[in-house]
Amino acid sequence: MKFKSLAIFLIISSFFLTCILSIWKIMATLQGLSFTNLNITPVFLIGILLSLTFVLIGNKLNHLIKILLLSFIFSISYFYLNEASPYWYIFGVFLITLFFTNKLKKYSMQSLKEDFISEKIIFDFITLFGIVFFAFVILFPFYIMLVTSFKTQIALLVNPLNFSLDFTKSLTELFKSYFVIFETYNFGRYILISSAVSIGTVIVTLLFAIPAAYAVARLNFFGKNFLSTSILIIYMFPAIVLVIPLYTVFSQLGLRNSIFGLLIVYTATTLPVAIYMLQGYFKSIPKEIEDAGIMDGQNWFGIILKIIIPLSLPAIASVALYVFMIAWNEFLFSLMFLDSPKSFTLSRAIQYLSGDAETPRQYLMAGSVIVTVPVLLIFIYFEKYLVSGLTAGSVKE
Amino acid sequence: MSDSLSKLEKRTAYTLVLPAVLLVFAIVLFPIFANVWISFKDIELKDIRIPEPRAKKIVKSISENQSELKIVYKLRNSSLIQEIRNVQFQDKFPTNVSPVNLDSRCNFQSKKVVCDFGNWQAKYRENFEITIQNINGEIIDKKIIKSQKPILSGKADNPLLTTNFTLENFKKVFYENNFVELLLTTFYFTFFGTVGAIIFGILAAQLVNQNIQGRTYMRGILLFPYVGPVVALAYTWTLLLDPNSGTLNALLVNFNIIEQPINLLGQKYITMSILGFEFKLRLALTTVIFFEIWRYFPLAFLFILARLQAIPQSLYEAAEVDGASPIQKFIHITLPQITAIISILFMIRFIWNFNKFEDIFLLTGGASGTRTLPINVYQQGFAVSDLGMGSAVSIVIVMLLLSFMVIYFRLIGKRANEV
Repeated sequence: MKFKSLAIFLIISSFFLTCILSIWKIMATLQGLSFTNLNITPVFLIGILLSLTFVLIGNKLNHLIKILLLSFIFSISYFYLNEASPYWYIFGVFLITLFFTNKLKKYSMQSLKEDFISEKIIFDFITLFGIVFFAFVILFPFYIMLVTSFKTQIALLVNPLNFSLDFTKSLTELFKSYFVIFETYNFGRYILISSAVSIGTVIVTLLFAIPAAYAVARLNFFGKNFLSTSILIIYMFPAIVLVIPLYTVFSQLGLRNSIFGLLIVYTATTLPVAIYMLQGYFKSIPKEIEDAGIMDGQNWFGIILKIIIPLSLPAIASVALYVFMIAWNEFLFSLMFLDSPKSFTLSRAIQYLSGDAETPRQYLMAGSVIVTVPVLLIFIYFEKYLVSGLTAGSVKE
Repeated sequence: MSDSLSKLEKRTAYTLVLPAVLLVFAIVLFPIFANVWISFKDIELKDIRIPEPRAKKIVKSISENQSELKIVYKLRNSSLIQEIRNVQFQDKFPTNVSPVNLDSRCNFQSKKVVCDFGNWQAKYRENFEITIQNINGEIIDKKIIKSQKPILSGKADNPLLTTNFTLENFKKVFYENNFVELLLTTFYFTFFGTVGAIIFGILAAQLVNQNIQGRTYMRGILLFPYVGPVVALAYTWTLLLDPNSGTLNALLVNFNIIEQPINLLGQKYITMSILGFEFKLRLALTTVIFFEIWRYFPLAFLFILARLQAIPQSLYEAAEVDGASPIQKFIHITLPQITAIISILFMIRFIWNFNKFEDIFLLTGGASGTRTLPINVYQQGFAVSDLGMGSAVSIVIVMLLLSFMVIYFRLIGKRANEV
């Protein structure tokens, strides 16, 4: 029994160590180091030795000294097993091993006798592995997007794996792609258009949604239930089935290639979500506060303006941010309605850039960084509001 | 008193709701019904302009006599397929200028030439000429004549509103469009995309729900793919997966994991052999599904995490006392608590994946076996410019969606209120 859990412990822990070291190696390769072998088997084997020594030593040594010593020995043996590598790389290996051995702290020959210890070991390491895995898989494309925008076409053709940034170059050289897309491809204008459309959509949506949500939340009227069900159903309906009729009608009305046309469509498609999210919040405001307002002789306009809006500012903020992000990220309608580069939004402009096979990829990525950064900054800064909004509105894309 | 109050309440409610309802009706509901209309018509992209009469005015001198000028109007019907009825023409001239030998279709009254051209066939063209002269023999200023634009009007049918219908579009959708393959591809994409997103969502939620350091950061990072703009993310992935100089292929070749770069987005099938069984995998479709999972598992994660955090800790403590293993805890405590939210997520994501257009369009454009129904709407309507056909495919989508929703509300709708 003890042997089985020991074996599981050794294999799983060493597997985990091998995985993070491989990721570290891949990242180092992308900095221009010329590794051609992941050396999985030898690393796995010395990983098993490391874990084994760790549990065998047990409490005979102070924990800190033990992990420093073991990591040091591990790094040196790793160094000899591998192709020539610079010291910063081996130092990284040392830090990773330090982190790993520190995680091993709770395991000893004693603890391996506990109930269900094998399952617990598997769960623990799968958790660790999962976190590293998810973080890597999610952040890697964003990382590639960012670093590609700083490279040049030639450098990428010579070595598609070298993403190291050359800081000896001047800043203008480094940010060249950004200068080019602003000067040659007019991205300044597209940023303005995208901002105008998104902020406009937020304002108009709130103007329409707040009164409607108030009515749905508070007032009794014929067709109310029907209305709240239709809100749910409507936002299940896809933009793609609206495209052909809207395209034909907008063509005849001359609304294509106009920011106004885009604004109408964005507002109409975000309204159901906005109403749904807001009415949920309005219902949670105690009715007594409004009754007091009615006693004071306020009409509905006064009640909404002086009572409901001030009390639900956080909810309104989260709806506003949410609608902003939908409008900023929107692609399908801007693809359909905008043909003239004069009225492109950022998303449409990037797609237009990519349509020309000659466009160097670093320009495309610089454009992508420009369209992504505002959204991510807003998201990071207002995460709390947005997450509650996302779960409450159960989300439209 | 209370009666008039409730009347007032109703009136207020309608005033508050009406603007939003009208807007949504015009932009969302109306097009869904308009699709039905268009899908029964034989109409192409170039037909949607309403035909209008047009004239280009050219002013010419006649010999040296500058008190006389010839004006040529190049008249045409803007439409290649429809006639314009009852075309009226009008042009204004300065004082003391009058036409000579005016065409019989025209009249000259109070400085205006007014013509009645009758009906113009499709593609109609005519060079219509008027000679004018100054009554006092003075020089006519060409620029003044040129700056005056003629006014034309005429009656034409809006090609969208005519009442000739056809079943041709639906016939084509079902018989000439590889309909079965289209449905299957859409189904694969939708189903595996949904299931994958939910499985990864459960895993991620389970991870973040443990007591680990920095779990708020982790939650934020996990949502990045969901909040990022689709255009940027899709192009980054295209670049990452590119067979010629994409990072992924370059890495795999560099570490000798594969010998030749794989065109992950451009190859329809790849032959794989597992345990001696050879089978063909839809490669491009699988890649697109993985992108889909990458982008949308965060949503599933967020919902499941919210549910997990609401499970009382005492349940786990009690199980611990009873000697339950981690797997038993997961199966007997966690799973029953999240089945309701999973079934709702499944339906929501299923419907949205079913409708997904942008992701596939940006990654493959619907090539290499990734043509789904929404992609087909775009291809028919705008690449082939057959609007009627595109609408017919839209109708198929709407019908399928409605049936999903009926199933949804029958099976899970009741549960939705419990969560």
